[in-house]
Amino acid sequence: MPSERDTAVPPGPADQDGRPVLLDLSGVSKAFNGVGVLSGVALRVHAGEVMALMGENGAGKSTLMRIVTGIIPADPGATIRLRGRPVQFTTPRQAIDAGVAMIHQELNLLPHLTVAENIFLGREPLNRLGLTDGARMRQEAARLLDRLRQRIDPDRRVGTLSVGQQQMVEIARALALDAELIIMDEPTDALTDVETDVLFEVIRGLRAEGKGIIYISHRLAEIFALCDSVTVLRDGQMVHRARVADLDEAELIRHMVGRTIADQFPYLPCAPGPERLAVENLRAAGVNDVSFTAAGGEIVGFAGLMGAGRTELAKAIYGANPLSGGRVRVDGAEVRLGHPRDGVRAGIAYVPEDRKFEGLIQAHSIQTNMSLAALEGLSRPGGLIRRGEERSAVRRFMDAFSVKARDIDAEIRTLSGGNQQKVSLAKALLLAPKVVILDEPTRGVDVGARREIYTLINELKAKGLCILLMSSDMPELLGLADRILVMSGGRLTGRFDRGEATQEKILARAVA
Amino acid sequence: MDPLKTFLSRNKPLVGLVLLMAAVSLLSPSFLTVDNLLNILRQTSINAVIAVGMTFVILSGGIDLSVGSVLAICGAVCASLVGADVNLWLAVALALTLGAGLGAANGIAVGVGAVQPFIATLVSMTILRGATLVYTDGRPITTGEGAAADAFWSVGGGYVLGLPVPVLIAALVFALGAVVLTLTRFGRYTYAVGGNEVVARLSGIGVNRVKTAVYALSGLLAALAGVILTARLESAQPTAGASYELDAIAAVVVGGTSLSGGRGSLFGTLVGALIIGVLNNALNLMDVSSYYQMIAKGAVILLAVLLDRRKSH
Repeated sequence: MPSERDTAVPPGPADQDGRPVLLDLSGVSKAFNGVGVLSGVALRVHAGEVMALMGENGAGKSTLMRIVTGIIPADPGATIRLRGRPVQFTTPRQAIDAGVAMIHQELNLLPHLTVAENIFLGREPLNRLGLTDGARMRQEAARLLDRLRQRIDPDRRVGTLSVGQQQMVEIARALALDAELIIMDEPTDALTDVETDVLFEVIRGLRAEGKGIIYISHRLAEIFALCDSVTVLRDGQMVHRARVADLDEAELIRHMVGRTIADQFPYLPCAPGPERLAVENLRAAGVNDVSFTAAGGEIVGFAGLMGAGRTELAKAIYGANPLSGGRVRVDGAEVRLGHPRDGVRAGIAYVPEDRKFEGLIQAHSIQTNMSLAALEGLSRPGGLIRRGEERSAVRRFMDAFSVKARDIDAEIRTLSGGNQQKVSLAKALLLAPKVVILDEPTRGVDVGARREIYTLINELKAKGLCILLMSSDMPELLGLADRILVMSGGRLTGRFDRGEATQEKILARAVA
Repeated sequence: MDPLKTFLSRNKPLVGLVLLMAAVSLLSPSFLTVDNLLNILRQTSINAVIAVGMTFVILSGGIDLSVGSVLAICGAVCASLVGADVNLWLAVALALTLGAGLGAANGIAVGVGAVQPFIATLVSMTILRGATLVYTDGRPITTGEGAAADAFWSVGGGYVLGLPVPVLIAALVFALGAVVLTLTRFGRYTYAVGGNEVVARLSGIGVNRVKTAVYALSGLLAALAGVILTARLESAQPTAGASYELDAIAAVVVGGTSLSGGRGSLFGTLVGALIIGVLNNALNLMDVSSYYQMIAKGAVILLAVLLDRRKSH
């Protein structure tokens, strides 16, 4: 859609009211190992403006903000101007000194220090003897927290605060910096509604003082309630910018999703078998009253934004996270879940999102990794492993999945991401499971291996396995799944059959 | 790479042991005699038995500092039981059970209690040493002159088929340990827990059970070492086994097992224990003062660690 981009690039609509430009980016590109993440992005924030930065996961928002705050450098050719002066931050410290503060999604506080110490970390006020002026620090901290209408004792250790309070401390730290430009990455994720209202008031106050704010959020309602303008990134490019007043939700979603789905996903039509998995009113950390059923020979896709609760749901069904309520049944029989062992024994296999730290032991061999979960079935009653059987099972999967490796003794860390993922899948399938939960099975996997993994998934489906596919890759979900369930805030917020699902509809439910 | 080279690069400790023995046999004519070699084996056997348990613990990602104290208290209990003319087998069984129980307590503290292994076993090392001093009142407990005491002595000082009994026990412990570690599910789980605890748990492994079991095994073998030592000396010393944990850890590390867990072998530990045994023996034969022996031992451990570090890059 080049025409759209042409009309959208500067002068942006927010220029008209003559307020000074605070931050002006143009031609910002970034590639990691030859893979482009950002290409030629332009962006402008005015004093007294709250600008929403929107885009799907992986659109390049985080990378762009890391450049603006000096955490990573942009590729040559970028221009970054702050109040008209060209700047080039090479450390976060330089960005802070120039008046750019960022409130990170993952909190950057030191839990063992007090609230006041955290707020003034690295910039502690000193008394005449050159020692830290504790009294002034506490006083200042109390004043900042008061402005946020927080009643938090400045002497409390941050680790004892709720996540929402910690978020407020993080915001107080940005205020203490007296920054000109404040970047907020999903700041309301951990906040209650009341806290969110307070935060919005604070942000409006900052706007009135002439500060510029870049506001990153997936929640469309917040954008329309708070922001003046919006800039949309997609696949590393700036594709649209507009005044919020000139936009509606549907249009914004269309800009965010944009791309068409290529036919790279081999869908396998199936005659759904009998119900295999039933999840009833499941509650666990990050999962709130989720119910659904899934049949053999069916792929049920789970869509949602980061933090929507998909991984938590997967781990709860598998027994890795404790349940606080609800039931899970496999083939009609209720499963008592307290440990992943219970999931394994009930015929549930889980392929974790994080291959490197949760899926496979990097320093161990393909053989010992692949058979690890299935050893109970591969050993005699006394615990002696039937080694011949183990080796032949591992070899069979190596061949069937065409894992490229020297031999079955090769260490996992010597394999490519795609091959590691195949081993991870094989490890789950060695259990001869009834239900397979795949959490982001193609993340970090290159295109060729991706297609192979899709084919494998379809083969499992044809064999009558019940497959739950958790993925942030929308085309992948739309291409492979028979049904798509959408999660947001730990709840199921949408259910679509294959025919009716579209990226727009899914996204609309994901931000609900 | 040709097979010989591969074998040598994978068995650096073994190469080291052979080179060490060759060098010592040139320097001292009395080294390479049957009597002296048996002597080395006997002197090494107690450390070797402890080091087998230590290997399991270190492979699981932990460490056990309490083995010396477990040795002492179990040896003392065994000595007083034998001295009271309790059935020999019963006395030994009780001592071993006590060791396994104390080890299991370490394992529960580390697993369920999530206390760092170093701290948990430092605590039990200290408490059990104190308990031993209280129990013995700071004096040796002799096994006495009863029938049980006579039979008991042969556990530490006897010969079977021309080999010292402690050497046979150590050989048996190594053989069984190697079978458990390489051929059973529990062995695999031990490696997996040390390799990556999160992966192990998500694979359905009861991580806490594995930890409890490896520390219990370490306690059991420390108690066995205590029984052998007590039998050989015909008495239990309240300070027996002090700093034995360091020799056992040294044997494991010199044998190429990673202190961060998940990688290593019992064969390596056997070689490591022998290197330390040969080194002690050689320095004795050459009349080197025991002060210098400690420096030499430290240097060997350093060398082994440096070689191992290069291997992992």
